[in-house]
Amino acid sequence: MPKSQVSLTVNGETVEALVEPRTLLIHFLREQLNLTGPHIGCETSHCGACTVDLDGKSVKSCTMFAVQANGADVRTIEGMAAADGTLHALQEGFREMHGLQCGFCTPGMIMRAYRLLQENGSPTEEEIRFGIAGNLCRCTGYQNIVKAIQYAAAKLGGVPLREAAE
Amino acid sequence: MNDMTPTAAERAEKLQGVGCKRKRVEDVRFVQGKGNYVDDLKLPGMLYGDFTRSPHAHARIKKIDAAKAKAVPGVLAVLTAADLKPLGLHYMPTLAGDVAAVLAEHKVLYQNQEVAFVVANDRYVAADAADLVEVDYEALPVVIDPFRAMAPDAPVLREDLEGKTDGAHGKRRHHNHVFNWQFGDKDATDAAFRKAEVTIKELISYQRVHPCPLETCQCVASFDKIKSELTVWGTFQAPHVIRTVASLISKIPEHKIHVIAPDIGGGFGNKVGAYPGYICAIVASIVTGRPVKWVEDRIENLSTTAFARDYHMTAEIAATRDGKVTGLRVDTIADHGAFDACADPTKWPAGFFNIVTGSYDFPVAHVNVDGIYTNKAPGGVAYRCSFRVTEAAYCIERAMDIMAQKLGMDPAEFRMKNLIRREQFPYTSALGWEYDSGDYHVALQKAMDTVGYAALRAEQKARQEAFKRGETRELMGIGVAFFTEIVGAGPSRNCDILGIAMFDSAEIRIHPTGSVIARLGTKSQGQGHETTYAQIIATELGLTADNIAIEEGNTDTAPYGLGTYGSRSTPVSGAATAVAARKIKAKAQMIAAHLLEVHDDDLEWDVDRFRVKGNPEQFKTMTELAWAAYNKVPPGMEPGLEAVSYYDPPNMTYPFGAYICVLDVDVDTGATKVRRFYALDDCGTRINPMIIEGQIHGGLTEAFGIAMGQEIHYDEDGNVTTASLMDYFLPTAVETPTWETDWTTTPSPHHPIGAKGVGESPNVGGVPCFANAVNDAFKFLGSTHIAMPHDHWRTWTVADKLGLHA
Repeated sequence: MPKSQVSLTVNGETVEALVEPRTLLIHFLREQLNLTGPHIGCETSHCGACTVDLDGKSVKSCTMFAVQANGADVRTIEGMAAADGTLHALQEGFREMHGLQCGFCTPGMIMRAYRLLQENGSPTEEEIRFGIAGNLCRCTGYQNIVKAIQYAAAKLGGVPLREAAE
Repeated sequence: MNDMTPTAAERAEKLQGVGCKRKRVEDVRFVQGKGNYVDDLKLPGMLYGDFTRSPHAHARIKKIDAAKAKAVPGVLAVLTAADLKPLGLHYMPTLAGDVAAVLAEHKVLYQNQEVAFVVANDRYVAADAADLVEVDYEALPVVIDPFRAMAPDAPVLREDLEGKTDGAHGKRRHHNHVFNWQFGDKDATDAAFRKAEVTIKELISYQRVHPCPLETCQCVASFDKIKSELTVWGTFQAPHVIRTVASLISKIPEHKIHVIAPDIGGGFGNKVGAYPGYICAIVASIVTGRPVKWVEDRIENLSTTAFARDYHMTAEIAATRDGKVTGLRVDTIADHGAFDACADPTKWPAGFFNIVTGSYDFPVAHVNVDGIYTNKAPGGVAYRCSFRVTEAAYCIERAMDIMAQKLGMDPAEFRMKNLIRREQFPYTSALGWEYDSGDYHVALQKAMDTVGYAALRAEQKARQEAFKRGETRELMGIGVAFFTEIVGAGPSRNCDILGIAMFDSAEIRIHPTGSVIARLGTKSQGQGHETTYAQIIATELGLTADNIAIEEGNTDTAPYGLGTYGSRSTPVSGAATAVAARKIKAKAQMIAAHLLEVHDDDLEWDVDRFRVKGNPEQFKTMTELAWAAYNKVPPGMEPGLEAVSYYDPPNMTYPFGAYICVLDVDVDTGATKVRRFYALDDCGTRINPMIIEGQIHGGLTEAFGIAMGQEIHYDEDGNVTTASLMDYFLPTAVETPTWETDWTTTPSPHHPIGAKGVGESPNVGGVPCFANAVNDAFKFLGSTHIAMPHDHWRTWTVADKLGLHA
């Protein structure tokens, strides 16, 4: 199958690659760029395990072709920690508040939460629950994910942190 | 002594041992996207496998033509039953003593059954070519209803079993019959019913559901032709068992098979069994000489690997007029699908369904279970529960409510009257289990007090009056459930898998500097084993948890174990961990005595050290003793400090809990809103309260999904109509209620640290609690039992049938 040239920015670095037109963005990220943080859970845009941030929006990368990302600015979970290894407030919050168990949904969930907090720096619990409704978790029951996002919102907003999870 | 106490407490706190809310070790990699799941694995030259599957639920295969598929550039092989048959691999043994087709030979028996396996150098090419395998089918009559499957003239499903009247569990009385299993005293139970003042009888069906972990089943098989060695990375909840099964069916010696379970993205029972994808990937790797990856997609996952439940239980309770239960009888039709692939211990074809007397003091009981073949996917796994325990809990908790209704008693009061009393433990149930410990009345009372039960009932009564007056269209339901789990399988006297006793193991090695590696026979799928096992060792040995590495899932390095399911990790491997640690501690004590020049008996343990009795200034810390173990051991003692334990549990453990759910039902839309859910769990000694709470949140959410919407549904033609996340309900953050958790602590008397296991309790107790709440909302209108799942449409239908829309 003839390949197309794509050029995009991924986690701050310019990437040039040849891809089949039908290659999904998730497969391009995982298999060509070896960014295995985003996961595949359903192939039908329901679970959100493949969520990445693309040009300021949360995108389910299982439902977008890599060629559609040509010219885009993409951020995956691998691009969240600082260069010196310091975790992003969301990554820290998920650990502090026990917002993950098997870890499979976590990269997508954090990327979705990242965009949510860009759009609304101090969301209510209801806004968080609505805001992450496109990302499924089978382990946590969401309650501690909500707390993790509240933790990050507080930290990013300079508000004193809540107590850690039970 | 007293002036030492604060120091000891500080030292203990530093260990991060049992009882503390230690942050999870695993999270550091998971929050950075650096988990190592099967599909992340990439090997040089790796190929991809994909299945051609049957569109029919029951059909004869007349011809398979793979020519077009083989012609696709990039396709290396197409396997069919004809290729596997000479190897004896077109069927594989199941854990339940049946066989299951790997690739269908003459017939397909359920929709999406595996027919051909395409191997290609790219996953897209494999999928393309799988579509090009041409199969001629002759459609046959389909049997979906397990009750109809037993009709004399029902179509014969398993032609391969023709003439076999003896199954793995006794006589088969019909061509679609798998087994009959009975337990309890039938005559005494029948007599109790003849004498009963009040009886109830209800068909209580638990619909077919699926565990649906977010990561599907997958593997990479790599056969090294030079060394004749096979390595399989896979989503295995029980990696050692997979290795043994692989060896038995492939004839590759077991030491030449390396099974590795890396990080697993949730299991919930889905990843216990062996599936055709694993066998085909292994064969394809042997045939091609290259690694072969097989990754299930979500539709394949929901429609082929490991359903759960599909139990149809006719429950009867006998009682006195004043509300004392006198007998229980349960007759169950168990739909096993096309092959009996239940993941149960060998001697238990219906799992531990005989826990169905629940938490109540039934003097007599009898259960009868008939397993039935139908044109549905095989499986019958324990979806976040011990074997068939959630079916049993749902059955008894619904039946108790129905009896309370008939007696005109409050369901909590009726339970209080019949709960096993504290002084009766250890308690032998009418169906043969010895419950290890419990304090049921205290738990239920605490739950009722916390939620303000009496006030809730008063509010409900007022609401019902208002409803009757036409002032509201909302009903209020209060669900009460009291469950007893049976976990930690299990004692070798009655539990085995393929003849291997269901012990589990831990091997602990102390390095000279006092850091530790421990390897276990279990396998975490999100439970946080790397965190919690280290806490057990930290407390037992006085070494800080942060210096203890936990390793699981590599069958070359871990001691043999039966894996993680049925909440068995803490009851069995957790016990092995404590026992192995105590062996190490005993040796360390001898070394300490040698160094301190005292007798062993002159020493006492103090958090992280042995000190001389009466002279606490004289001590050796465990870290010092670790160093000494490698250079200053007593004469005649071997150097080194390590131990292994294979723990054969003396009994199961019996976690329990009291749950209360309050919900509102809009009778015009059928929408339900959970207002409050309170869960009190007693799992014995609590190792990490943070992780326990997380497990309960997750289990309750899965229970909510099951009770309120999940169903693997088949139409009359055998089409599975709920095979993607479009149709199969997984709760999102929006629907999921907020959970209130609480606990009591009744340690297990036989477990070395008193722990009982907790991961599955919330599913076992949660499902009946939601169901009881929905039923409770309607019962004042004369309704006795509403079948799950309680989605809005079904609930609206109930309201409609009760004439509420007139």
